[in-house]
Amino acid sequence: MGARSGKCICGEAKNEKSILIKKDFSKMANNEWPLWEVFIRSKQGLSHKHVGSLRAPDAEMAVENARDVYTRRSEGISIWVVESNNIHASHPSEADSLFEPAHSKVYRHPTFYDVPDGISHM
Amino acid sequence: MSALFEYLVRLGDDSLILGHRLSEWCGHGPILEEDIAMTNIALDHVGQTTSLLKYAGEVEGKGRTEDDLAFLRFEREYRNVLLVEQANEDFGVTMMRQFLFDAYRKPLYEQLTKSSDVQLAAIAEKSLKETKYHLKHSAEWVIRLGDGTDESHERVQTALNNLWRYTDELFYTDQNDVELLANGVIFSSEELKKSWMEMVKTVLDRATLTIPNNGWQREGGRKGLHSEHLGYILAELQYMQRAYPGMEW
Repeated sequence: MGARSGKCICGEAKNEKSILIKKDFSKMANNEWPLWEVFIRSKQGLSHKHVGSLRAPDAEMAVENARDVYTRRSEGISIWVVESNNIHASHPSEADSLFEPAHSKVYRHPTFYDVPDGISHM
Repeated sequence: MSALFEYLVRLGDDSLILGHRLSEWCGHGPILEEDIAMTNIALDHVGQTTSLLKYAGEVEGKGRTEDDLAFLRFEREYRNVLLVEQANEDFGVTMMRQFLFDAYRKPLYEQLTKSSDVQLAAIAEKSLKETKYHLKHSAEWVIRLGDGTDESHERVQTALNNLWRYTDELFYTDQNDVELLANGVIFSSEELKKSWMEMVKTVLDRATLTIPNNGWQREGGRKGLHSEHLGYILAELQYMQRAYPGMEW
């Protein structure tokens, strides 16, 4: 939003803003809007869960699009969107060192306790 | 013919024809997300049509169902405003048409939730939730297109200039409304126009768009006198029921 008004300002302060313009173009290089990851809370008390991604020009439209694409069959009561660029992920090549050591450490699971009778949901 | 029947048909036909217009975008949206958004909104309108025309059929008391009314009337029996039958053209035109309509529909439903006719009030209450979202969606787009690139700005400004002549008809009132107004079934369209104008001004201002001069305003839809578009819409809309009467699937 505001690309057009932005352009007018650029004319007055060319040097300062020229970098911004370049940035804008590079963002639209493949003529596509940025990608957003969508998280939906299906009901009160549950956490938001990643459901997929979509394209939108800005955060507000991303929420609207998410509403239309991912909640049209009453899947949710709350939506989060985050621009995919802002997600930092673990690298698949590091999976061995990150996750494998945990496999041999079953004692980290709280399954070695006797649960007294009458205690449910454990 | 009762005044309430006529009024319900006017509202129902607005939704029916606009819903059909939006459904034409199915599979042709500029992006997948918008394709789904427009068809969702189209379906909301078809749903509102169902409620309004079903009730109209009951009020009429001749055994006509919502399907009979939607699919088996002749062109001059349709009472939608001219605005909703105007062609989709490009996405900017479609969003501008939608915004001008939504900005009228929302305050209208807000009024009708207080209708002395309980059934109409209930329909308004249910539809209002949908319409609030429609307005948010179309207004956000008008703002982004208007304040977007030079080309998008020019296109929506042209759309606004071309569609403006159909906006007065949204507030059309005639003899039919007198009794309904007196009985508190419907409310003043002057109030309605005030809310509409306020919303339109706010959004168009943010969109850096200019309201055109109020030139010649067209009307006729409410009396069944339509632009050439409606005939083509009805040909497509009615084909199945005319070719295979009573067909269901």
